[in-house]
Amino acid sequence: MERTVKLKIRRQDGPHRPETRRWEEFVVPWQPRMNVISALMEIRKNPVTTKGEKVAPVVWESVCLEEVCGSCTMLVNGKVRQSCTALVDAISPHGETITLEPMSKFPLVRDLVVDRSRMFGDLKKVHAWIQLDGTHELGPGPRQSQENQEEAYPLSRCMTCGCCLEACPQINDSSGFVGPAALNQVRLFNLHPSGKLHASERLETVMGEDGVAGCGKAQNCVEVCPKEIPLVDSIASVARQTTKQMLFKWLLK
Amino acid sequence: MPAKPNGKGSEKVRRVIVVGGGLAGLMTVIKLCEAGVPVDLFSLVPVKRSHSVCAQGGINASVNTKGEGDSPAVHLEETVYGGDFLANQPPVKGMADAAPGIVFMLDRMGVPFNRTAEGLLDFRRFGGTLFHRTAFAGATTGQQLLYALDEQVRRYETLDVEDSKGSVIRGEKMVRKFELWDFLSIVRDDDGVARGIVAQDLKSMEIEAFSGEAVCLATGGCGIVFGRSTNSVINTGTAAAAVYRQGACYANGEFIQVHPTAIPGADKLRLISESARGEGGRVWVPRDPRDARKGREIPEKDREYFLEEKYPGYGNLVPRDIAARELFKKCFHEKRGVYDPKTKKNENEVYLDLTHMPEEMLRKKLAGILEIYEKFVGEDPYTNPMRVFPAVHYSMGGLWVDFERSHSGSLVIGSPRNQATNIEGLYACGECDYQYHGANRLGANSLLSCIYGGMAAGPAIATYVKNMRKASTGDTSKSVFEAARKREEDHYKSILDMEGDENPYVLHQELAETMLRDCTIERDNGVLDKVIEKIDDIELRARKCGVTDQATHANQGAPFIRHLFNMVVIARVIAQGARNRDESRGAHFKPAFEKRDDKNWLRTTLAMHEAGEGNQNNSIKYVRGIDYSIHGAPMHASDAVDVSLVTPRVRKYETAGAASETAKKSDDHEDEKSENRAEA
Repeated sequence: MERTVKLKIRRQDGPHRPETRRWEEFVVPWQPRMNVISALMEIRKNPVTTKGEKVAPVVWESVCLEEVCGSCTMLVNGKVRQSCTALVDAISPHGETITLEPMSKFPLVRDLVVDRSRMFGDLKKVHAWIQLDGTHELGPGPRQSQENQEEAYPLSRCMTCGCCLEACPQINDSSGFVGPAALNQVRLFNLHPSGKLHASERLETVMGEDGVAGCGKAQNCVEVCPKEIPLVDSIASVARQTTKQMLFKWLLK
Repeated sequence: MPAKPNGKGSEKVRRVIVVGGGLAGLMTVIKLCEAGVPVDLFSLVPVKRSHSVCAQGGINASVNTKGEGDSPAVHLEETVYGGDFLANQPPVKGMADAAPGIVFMLDRMGVPFNRTAEGLLDFRRFGGTLFHRTAFAGATTGQQLLYALDEQVRRYETLDVEDSKGSVIRGEKMVRKFELWDFLSIVRDDDGVARGIVAQDLKSMEIEAFSGEAVCLATGGCGIVFGRSTNSVINTGTAAAAVYRQGACYANGEFIQVHPTAIPGADKLRLISESARGEGGRVWVPRDPRDARKGREIPEKDREYFLEEKYPGYGNLVPRDIAARELFKKCFHEKRGVYDPKTKKNENEVYLDLTHMPEEMLRKKLAGILEIYEKFVGEDPYTNPMRVFPAVHYSMGGLWVDFERSHSGSLVIGSPRNQATNIEGLYACGECDYQYHGANRLGANSLLSCIYGGMAAGPAIATYVKNMRKASTGDTSKSVFEAARKREEDHYKSILDMEGDENPYVLHQELAETMLRDCTIERDNGVLDKVIEKIDDIELRARKCGVTDQATHANQGAPFIRHLFNMVVIARVIAQGARNRDESRGAHFKPAFEKRDDKNWLRTTLAMHEAGEGNQNNSIKYVRGIDYSIHGAPMHASDAVDVSLVTPRVRKYETAGAASETAKKSDDHEDEKSENRAEA
């Protein structure tokens, strides 16, 4: 018998259409080196469920398919991750049904697509940038040690995918916690020789419960980060910086 | 919800529209903002997820920190030599001269470039050069560069627009982003001038017209025309195709770069950067085509390092067109690909080997790509030679754009001709233009050309806008925008009503398979005639698609049909251009015409769209020159290539240093000087 891949997919037609929430199941032919995305691509070539119903193809988000853009994040067999690196042979070695669901901590758009714009908004909030004088030629940038680069580079690989927010118990409807990704950016920019010049401004934006104090130290974020960013260290580092800043302020008063 | 400039109107501010949020688009935005011009930025995806993230190896700049005698003059020469002399040389000179400043700017923006022990930027080797010219941030340089520009643009999203007297215009920010919007067409007024765009919100599916004083497309390449490639799924070339259909000229479409080293996959062919070879990676196949041992078990004497043997001068770092052809030859013609004892076949794969390099160095410099290999192949590339095969990677061709040459042979920055298409008010930069790479792009020049393109486009557009006599916002009749919007809305409605039997995704696969098999590394006129017939056939069948989705919210099926129509148009430009060009130059190779033919073909292919009527297929008109105007002043450009800086010569990568006569000359000069000193 030809090898197949079984998928069970959580669907919903739109954010205001909870009545359309449902599971649908599909079977597609197996291919070598197949991942979840290629299974979804097969579905849209013939969007018929296992019940024989012709349906609209599943809607999902993807761009790079090599885990550098962060788009295709979803719950695969209940775990938050990028679906491009979810290889069928690894997650379903004996042909087990693969379940796909949208992330739950972001507003749903449709099917597997959610709206992560709050994360980009948070980057604005914490001033995640260098205050550049301009793009005209001003000669080389500040010298930096290899150690500094080796500390900064892993932090800078955050693709705003949302895994850490999805896994964090402190991110919920009743909390305004900014989450690990944005705090990690504060650490990153406060490390840079020019970024440091505006460190205190950046720290002001993450003081208090919605900021660094909102972390419950569950450490789920670092578990799920696909880029293995040391998010817990980042939060701890920013927490130390904010404490120092508060102390100084108090002493200067 | 973002405000709709044309509907619920802020007509207080005149904005420029930039379409595309990769490196080129973002750089254009920053330059415009610095010139005080507010921008509306449209992107198919959240800007931070643009295809620039996929660039891995680095960005070229002749900073010459290794004392090798590198210089922008050598960079210029090697770029045009690598491009087989098809690139106009002044823009390339402008780019090479600006490169060190660009890398310094990126460093100031916080890009975590790898460092030397002294704390300086580190540089590595790349294809087509013997110099260490490529700055890099691990093996995810494109991602890091994109993030840096994205951060700067985000800062402009928080800054207020000021009027000419410096007072803040309330509620208006320098940049407004429209992410997850699909570009449909430009709005042209009665004189044909670009006055804005029509775009579709991919969540609400609403189609809107937006006014813009000028429009700049920075919408990237068209690799998805070939189906599986190293490109992101969004790179369908739809925006470039749409403006080509509206009268923009498309240049050198036949030049498609195939990258020699990618990982085969079911959905995508994932790139393994040239930097793997830049850092010492070696390409080989077993000498015995039936060798069933694992790669790591095959001893040195049983390996054929075929690139090093054939091209001792540049070895594994010959340019991509040459390396891809050699790999293809090994696997396809000689059937010498890696033998798989399970399938008892020689697979279309060769080894790319880094196992002889120290692991610590690899982790610092190449972790990003080795991680991709590990995750997708499930094999450890630190101890096993990787298995790779060529894949479609980059389009050298694209929208034709102009330039103004300075006395020194470079670009006049700020001239409104730079990056201008033949449609007044429409500019283009980045991979969607044709300007910087000739017939073959050198590795690590694409990030550079994207950023430099933006640095040229921004000031050009600022000048254009300052000298406009009639504004798009305010002076241009609302009916012009409404008519354009209505046309696109009607088109979209007609797609939603399509009830044919053809599945658009299956049709795309058919198109892609044909293009990939018959229109990439080796081209043959007889076969190309069939390719064109096939494209005609697919074009007709595409009109008989059934729409897969009729939803009024976040519909992906219906817009895909629109992209498919446009991919067919671009496919024809690529295939017909290849059919016409009876020579071999750079990435375009015809075994029946093995030599470069400068007498007949040292010229730019200029394609203009001719719409077919009813059941007639669309066709292409080829022209030898372009006439257009800027603010009423006539402009003319011919298809002759400006080769005023480096005289064309035959490429010889067998010989070390053949690509860089300039460096040799300055070396000789240095030698003479030191000899003179010695004598004195």
